[in-house]
Amino acid sequence: MSETTTTTNGASTGAAGAADGTGAGAATGATIELENLTKRYPGSPNPAVDEVNMEIKAGELVIFVGPSGCGKSTTLKMINRLIEPTSGRIRIGGEDVTDMDPVKLRRKVGYAIQSSGLFPHMTVAQNIALVPKMVGWSKSRIKSRVEEMLDLVGLDPGEFRGRYPRQLSGGQQQRVGVARALAADPPVLLMDEPFGAVDPITRDHLQDELIRLQHELHKTIVFVTHDFDEAIKLGDRIAVLRERSHIAQFDTPEAILTNPADDFVSGFVGAGAALKRLNLTRVRDVEVRDYPTVTVDDPLQDIFNKLRSGNTNEILLLDKRGRPYKWLRRGDLMRARGSLARAGTLVHDTVTRDATLRDALEAVLTDNAGRVAVTGRRGAYEGVVDMETLMNSVHELLEADRLDAVEHQHELQEQRAEHTHREQEGADATGEERA
Amino acid sequence: MNFWDYLGSRHQQLLTDAFQHASAVFQCMVVATVIGVVIGVVAYRSEWAGSLATTTTSTILTIPSLAMIGLLIPIVGLGVAPTVIALTLYGLLPIVRNSIVGLRGVDPSLVDAAKGIGMSRTARLFRVELPLAWPPILTGIRVATQMLMGIAAIAAYASGPGLGNEIFRGIASLGSKNALNQVLAGTLGIIVLALLFDAAYVLIGRLTIPRGIRV
Ligand SMILES: Nc1ncnc2c1ncn2[C@@H]1O[C@H](COP(=O)(O)OP(=O)(O)OP(=O)(O)O)[C@@H](O)[C@H]1O
Ligand SMILES: [Mg+2]
Repeated sequence: MSETTTTTNGASTGAAGAADGTGAGAATGATIELENLTKRYPGSPNPAVDEVNMEIKAGELVIFVGPSGCGKSTTLKMINRLIEPTSGRIRIGGEDVTDMDPVKLRRKVGYAIQSSGLFPHMTVAQNIALVPKMVGWSKSRIKSRVEEMLDLVGLDPGEFRGRYPRQLSGGQQQRVGVARALAADPPVLLMDEPFGAVDPITRDHLQDELIRLQHELHKTIVFVTHDFDEAIKLGDRIAVLRERSHIAQFDTPEAILTNPADDFVSGFVGAGAALKRLNLTRVRDVEVRDYPTVTVDDPLQDIFNKLRSGNTNEILLLDKRGRPYKWLRRGDLMRARGSLARAGTLVHDTVTRDATLRDALEAVLTDNAGRVAVTGRRGAYEGVVDMETLMNSVHELLEADRLDAVEHQHELQEQRAEHTHREQEGADATGEERA
Repeated sequence: MNFWDYLGSRHQQLLTDAFQHASAVFQCMVVATVIGVVIGVVAYRSEWAGSLATTTTSTILTIPSLAMIGLLIPIVGLGVAPTVIALTLYGLLPIVRNSIVGLRGVDPSLVDAAKGIGMSRTARLFRVELPLAWPPILTGIRVATQMLMGIAAIAAYASGPGLGNEIFRGIASLGSKNALNQVLAGTLGIIVLALLFDAAYVLIGRLTIPRGIRV
């Protein structure tokens, strides 16, 4: 199941990321286990979080998503004990932290919140240095760590180190917030709607950054949002929570999209599950076709011949550096009277292999001929994706997802059957098999 | 004798009085600041302790300063003691109130963040809450100082130090040729001192309010 992770996150470098970026010995993720976790706020009759059981694997990015007030934040804040659980256990990396000194616990668990939570009276560098300082790192190590973290979140240390939070844009503040949360290299990172307060475009950027970052770092991340699209984009697995933090479904984005557990989940997935599925697949996963191309340096006669002999009535003209430049049709050349300057239509939009199928579809739909050029390094032409390819791919994907889901359900049913069977035989002495 | 001649002939005495006036206010302000901020820190988290602290201090303020000093004389005698006690008590109100308001005004999400990244309670108070609450606290200190400047003049009634002596002497000999000059010199002296102190606070603000939250 975790194989799908690679698809979600674009690149397929696997474990290669562990070594780069964060120097030697960077801590990768730790497991998080929640066992019968319950929170009852004083004065309210019902618990805000009711008997949550959950296992989060090391290095996994898990999203809590659910309607407002369903207890996402409460559940999250119990993991670093900003909110003390009424009952239940929390284990991180196998160690029971339910009764540990909360201050010590929190230094091992990164925490990033909406509106960044940066301290306005400290510079960016001071904010990032806080946790390393508290855990007693040396001055020089802290200094280089601050630079490294700024680099990691895509801010130039020279420019941003000495700034105060109010001198940053919302998106930049959020990046620094993430840098601060990761500064002491905690194995676990908790994020409560970290991108909730920024505009959609910046949010999109920050999401991409987080995906890239997680590819390098392999932390265990628990991420709260009520934006289901964000959940699909980021999550290895998504926990859809209903009131009192009851888990409606805890599965991969693909499984939730194609096989929602019940009406509540499908309500949350919202309309257009098939469209959302497009966000989970990248152009690299579908067939990129070859297309006849010519370059601006080719003699006109060659271009003519190629157009006439090809089985398409169009060819792609590349510029000197091999980047898509113009679409040329047969008629265009007639009218151009021997000059390329005025012939054809300019290429408006291209996609990379990292783009989602949704981006590709968007580009294909806005192009009146129904195709988009795929580019690689430095924008150089690599191939073309067209409407037909997209349609076929989506059909195949949906079909595969459906089969997966059915199989998955069979497994669950079998497990359950087996379980009941054993119970009936009275052999269920351990009773612990889920824990 | 016109006012300038008066100043010329009495400048020694006036300077001494002014210095003592300033020194009494300054020292009482230091004590009031320390006590006021401590009270604020202890009280701001709890609803009732906070209102208790502010009500008590504002009750003190409703007592006329002359009456307060009069009440203190039988207990602590004449001279410096009633002056210091009265000034400190009056100075407390703005400082306690602004400390509580300032500390309560710190964005809860910042306190949440401070906790969340593993700051202990003390670290939170000294590294986050007090620095962020400092501008309103400093305003409280400034207001208190202005107030004490005037109240300190009353201290002369209890044989306390300061420019009040000049004013009281003038009032006592009203009708004599220097009476008006005396009252005027005392009053102007207090105003000048108040302005000097205010300038000092602007400087202190520049130096102590972190750049990131300076307005
Ligand atoms: N300090 C508190 N005292 C009492 N009740 C609380 C407290 N904090 C939260 N609650 C209640 O607990 C429930 C869950 O709150 P929580 O903040 O976890 O929701 P959430 O899922 O994070 O919502 P949102 O998406 O709006 O942030 C809500 O019904 C809320 O009213
Ligand atoms: Mg919340």
